[in-house]
Amino acid sequence: MIELEEVRKAFNQGRPNELWAVRGVSLTLPLKGLHVLKGPSGSGKTTLLAMIGCLSRPTAGRIRLDGRLISNLPERFMTEVRRATFGFVFQQFNLIRGLSVLDNVMLPAYPLAPNAGELRRRALALLDRFGIAARAGHKAEWLSGGEAQRAAVCRAMINDPRILIADEPTANLDSQRSQELLAVLGELVAMGKTVLVSSHDPLVFGSAGVSHLVELHDGRLVGAA
Amino acid sequence: MRTWLRRQRYLLDYSLGAMARRPGKHLALLLVYTLIVFLLASVMLFTHSLQREARLVLAESPELIVQRMVAGRHDLIPGEHLERIAGIRGVQGSYGRLWGYFYDPAVRANYTLLVPPNDAPAAGEIRIGTALARTRGLAIGDYLSLRAASGEPFAWRVAGLIASDSELVSADLVLMAEEDFRRFFAIAPGLYTDLVLNVRNPREVQTVAEKVSLALPDSRPILREEILRTYDAVFGWRQGVVFVLLAGAILAFAIFAWDRASGLSGEERREIGILKAIGWETGDVLRMKLWEGAVLSLTAFLLGYLLAYGHVFYASAALFEPVLKGWAVLYPAFNPVPFVDGLQVATLFFFTVFPYTAATLVPIWSAAITDPDSVMR
Amino acid sequence: MPPKPPPARAARALPRSGRFLLAIGLALLAFAATFADAALRSRAEAPRIAARAELVGALGLTDLSLFTEARYTRHPSQADLHSAFQDHPLALEHFPTGSLVPPMVPGAPR
Repeated sequence: MIELEEVRKAFNQGRPNELWAVRGVSLTLPLKGLHVLKGPSGSGKTTLLAMIGCLSRPTAGRIRLDGRLISNLPERFMTEVRRATFGFVFQQFNLIRGLSVLDNVMLPAYPLAPNAGELRRRALALLDRFGIAARAGHKAEWLSGGEAQRAAVCRAMINDPRILIADEPTANLDSQRSQELLAVLGELVAMGKTVLVSSHDPLVFGSAGVSHLVELHDGRLVGAA
Repeated sequence: MRTWLRRQRYLLDYSLGAMARRPGKHLALLLVYTLIVFLLASVMLFTHSLQREARLVLAESPELIVQRMVAGRHDLIPGEHLERIAGIRGVQGSYGRLWGYFYDPAVRANYTLLVPPNDAPAAGEIRIGTALARTRGLAIGDYLSLRAASGEPFAWRVAGLIASDSELVSADLVLMAEEDFRRFFAIAPGLYTDLVLNVRNPREVQTVAEKVSLALPDSRPILREEILRTYDAVFGWRQGVVFVLLAGAILAFAIFAWDRASGLSGEERREIGILKAIGWETGDVLRMKLWEGAVLSLTAFLLGYLLAYGHVFYASAALFEPVLKGWAVLYPAFNPVPFVDGLQVATLFFFTVFPYTAATLVPIWSAAITDPDSVMR
Repeated sequence: MPPKPPPARAARALPRSGRFLLAIGLALLAFAATFADAALRSRAEAPRIAARAELVGALGLTDLSLFTEARYTRHPSQADLHSAFQDHPLALEHFPTGSLVPPMVPGAPR
């Protein structure tokens, strides 16, 4: 269970360009299943996801995971929680150019320093599961959009997190690839993972696999379904 | 502990990969840095070796030499002065030295002509240093012909060569008989270049020198200790060429540090943002960058030092020959003896590796502490 | 459609860090070897150094014959502050090795 209590987020607080991206969101999301945050750009979906996933701290309010407070932790604990619990797929994929796909996928595990052979096996297994094992040795910049997306999913899963967060995952994909991605996300849900997605793509929030739909507008909830 | 080691290896792996992605820049940095270390280490090793050897070799120099000064210039000293000072308590022996310089226009070289106190060559014969023999193309049996100040030519037969592995002290020497020397330079009998006093007890030398100054007011005594100290100061860091070299090295290092500190490219910034977003802590990013600095400076130090060692002790510091030769024509062929001062090497290591490694942290500090969500904005 | 990617490289036998550590290890060995070499060779040279010292004593020499450019550079220990200028008014800059050899000031601390 993910609980948000009056969560607010401001950027550039106190300065003339102050912006309140999230203005008091209270929300309860059950684990397991595909949850979608829907809303136009600028509605605060990305910011909200970042806060849930311990990428940033709310300016006000609390976030709890299974009853445990995960907002406003010191940096080290935030990072630990994030590493252990959350996996991220970014809108721009954010793979590191010049590194091979395999190296990119293994990267989040480096600070945890697992056994090298075992890490490699885990990574290759993930690549295989998501159908891009043939690309393991290729440089990240040579992948097509769909392949890069899947590589990003593999990277997000390398530490076996419970919750996967994907920010606008279909923004750079055509409809066929988008369907493929939704299938991938469905697979993850079938594995028992929780998937949180932000999207303004009707293909995503209209999809059959969505268990929970939350609508945001101007940093506030519109309705929960 | 094992986890910590493994983690460092992962971070090192990433560092090396990151450097390999911009090979040109890092290779250039490595090259220049290695060159600087090479130069500094070469100077350091060469200087130390020479100073040690000078101390050892010149330990047999005369204990006290008495020069005569006339109007502030070094002038010939009469032999009667010997009688006045030979009786000073502590003086075991004394003799007059005859030696002088000669500029040979044929090869534009300076020679030192010397009458040895014992075992002088026979009249008409000379023994020469091997560097001189080399430059003039002389072998035993050949004749060396020099023109005196009067215009009269003199010729002597080369009867022997001074041992070749003592070129460091005998490169330009011409040993000859006393009468030949006096006739060539037109120096009257009874006059000497300077006087030598043998004082066995080193603690008495200073006292004897003072008494000599009293007995001969126009004299300038030179102690063996001063001779040895001369060579401690040669190549000192305050001297011209060495100073320029050091200043250059410091400047080069400042340029490095500035290059490092002048900020990251957008690409590098983005990379660090991604690392933070996928779960690397600030500490991990910093450690990874520290590895980058350490890798480069350690490699530069080891390579530079090894090359310098080979250069000085196996190639006789060939690159320094033009500097040491200056405008001279004669230069001794010698192999510097590998005397190495561990403390100096440690100092070089310290100043090579630590400042640069620390400097790599400066530009990335602000990037490393960025919020991990920056890649999402 | 992105351009055709180059063929994938086979998995590396030893990761970069392994190769680097190996190389550095070798370099460190060589570094240690230089100290051993220095110790051995300097000991081996001792008789030759002694022979040079003996020659210095026999001939009554006072300087190394390194800088044969000018009088005051050839015998720096015999030269005084002014002998440089006896050679040439601008002697200390005139002869390059003059910048390597400071004038000797007897009794002055170095």
